[in-house]
Amino acid sequence: MSTVLSVEGVDVWLGGRHVLDEVGFEIAPGELTGLIGSNGAGKTTLFRVILGLLPAARGHVEVVGRPAGRPARAQVGYVPQKVALDPDVPLRVRDLVSLGLDGNRYGFRRRSRQRDEAVDAMLSAVGATRLADARVGTLSGGELQRVLIAHALVAQPPLLLLDEPLANLDLANGQEVVTLLAKLTKEQGVAVLLSAHDMNPLLPVMDRIVYVAEGRVASGTPAEVVRGEVLSGLYGHPVSVLELGGRVVVVAGDTGPTDLVTR
Amino acid sequence: MSGFFASGPVHTAVVAGAVVAVVSGVVGVFTVIRGQSFSGHALGDLGTLGGSGAFLAGVNPFFGYVTVGAAVAATMDLFGVQHRRGRDVATGIVLGAALGLAALLLYFDTTTSTTTGATITILFGSLFAVSPGTLPVMIGLGVVGLVLVAVLYRPLLLSSVSAELAAARGVRVRTVGLVFLVLVGVVVSLSAVAVGTILSTALLVGPAAAALRLTRRPLTAVVVASVLGLVATWGGVVLSYASATWPPSHTGWPVSFFVVTLVLALYLGAELVGWARARAGA
Ligand SMILES: Nc1ncnc2c1ncn2[C@@H]1O[C@H](COP(=O)(O)OP(=O)(O)OP(=O)(O)O)[C@@H](O)[C@H]1O
Ligand SMILES: [Mg+2]
Repeated sequence: MSTVLSVEGVDVWLGGRHVLDEVGFEIAPGELTGLIGSNGAGKTTLFRVILGLLPAARGHVEVVGRPAGRPARAQVGYVPQKVALDPDVPLRVRDLVSLGLDGNRYGFRRRSRQRDEAVDAMLSAVGATRLADARVGTLSGGELQRVLIAHALVAQPPLLLLDEPLANLDLANGQEVVTLLAKLTKEQGVAVLLSAHDMNPLLPVMDRIVYVAEGRVASGTPAEVVRGEVLSGLYGHPVSVLELGGRVVVVAGDTGPTDLVTR
Repeated sequence: MSGFFASGPVHTAVVAGAVVAVVSGVVGVFTVIRGQSFSGHALGDLGTLGGSGAFLAGVNPFFGYVTVGAAVAATMDLFGVQHRRGRDVATGIVLGAALGLAALLLYFDTTTSTTTGATITILFGSLFAVSPGTLPVMIGLGVVGLVLVAVLYRPLLLSSVSAELAAARGVRVRTVGLVFLVLVGVVVSLSAVAVGTILSTALLVGPAAAALRLTRRPLTAVVVASVLGLVATWGGVVLSYASATWPPSHTGWPVSFFVVTLVLALYLGAELVGWARARAGA
């Protein structure tokens, strides 16, 4: 198995807290991986380490064979957790997507048909063609999410990171974005790592899961990871995994209510 | 009006006004998007310190503006005031202290010099008072500024829209921010020559803010802001020249007054257009 991302023994301390503790996992091309953990678990921190924006105290991160840092960053598309855009920013959706191609380049550039076509194709792939000429600051949360995905993917990076892409979306829009990501993963062969505090919307599409708790992670297929004994080991105290109407719930304690199935 | 085109000071004023309008428009658009209008204003005001110091030393105040503007901009950025609120507080405090010192220097300027009007010139400027010798330096700095923006264009645009997206794309956000703020320092000092240190942000912020109401494209915004700036500065020169026959003194009204009033009128006009467009659902 070739790897797009390998994280090995990463330790991060922030403000005296051991936020990431010996974190390690790998991601293969064309896989959709969910980075699941509650608020403050360290998901954003882990993304920042992968991007090389935050140095790890110990450990090693490799993106397509390169250590994390500015050159490796060119191989990663990133959709941050919060992007606040002022309504009067003079930027159309197509301009923002185009900056995903060459926003880091200095100097003059001539308009090229090739670039315009790449932008149009990307907008169509995320279903945002009709938004192409809208001001970015006027988009709704769901629309902006699609546009940011297009911005991150237009340069065709082998790895796409999305930080809580479902956080501000209603159920229907969340479902659409999940379906879109699953489609892009298969069609473009990109490896997707996306964080969420709730794994349920992702269960139908997630190939693998990286579960974060107490600064430690467990990774594998959902069936391997989302189990009482595995998560109890992570949390350091007994938890149970319950299934209820197709939803998975993690609760404290080693027994669930009798009408629920314990996994 | 034939005297208008024959007048030497008018020629200088027209050229200096054009340089200031174009560079302020271009840099102003980014200043407004980045939310650095207050920093820009502070840099302009701080030019008072440089201008009054230079005047006391017998140097052209313009060189005082540029030196202090660039130096303070670099310091402001290096002090790591990355967050808007911390930046505003730090800027406000430094600004107060520096203006106090400037008040002292202006006092010395007026008491030690036989030339009257140093205070007025520094605070409120006059395009008609630009010495022809300053012009080449202004043009040179203007060209350097425009080239710098052209070179930085995309990284600057992306990091102005979202620092986080820019950093993720590999832009050196800190470096771009530092270079840009120094550029703002230089631009407001050019602007201070035209309309004085107090009014220098009017040309930086006004036309840019108006342009942002009118267009949704970055490059168009830059062009529109420059054109609006040109309308204000050249319009100001014409009106000021024409006002020579006006009461009370028949010596003409200050050009800076007209420039700044035109900037305000253009901004209000742009607001109106934006509002009308929004109502029409365009
Ligand atoms: N710069 C910092 N200094 C000190 N502590 C920090 C810093 N950044 C993050 N932390 C702490 O690190 C922990 C992990 O933060 P992080 O943002 O990675 O969590 P997260 O999993 O992304 O949470 P959320 O789901 O709320 O976004 C939190 O306890 C947070 O308070
Ligand atoms: Mg987070």
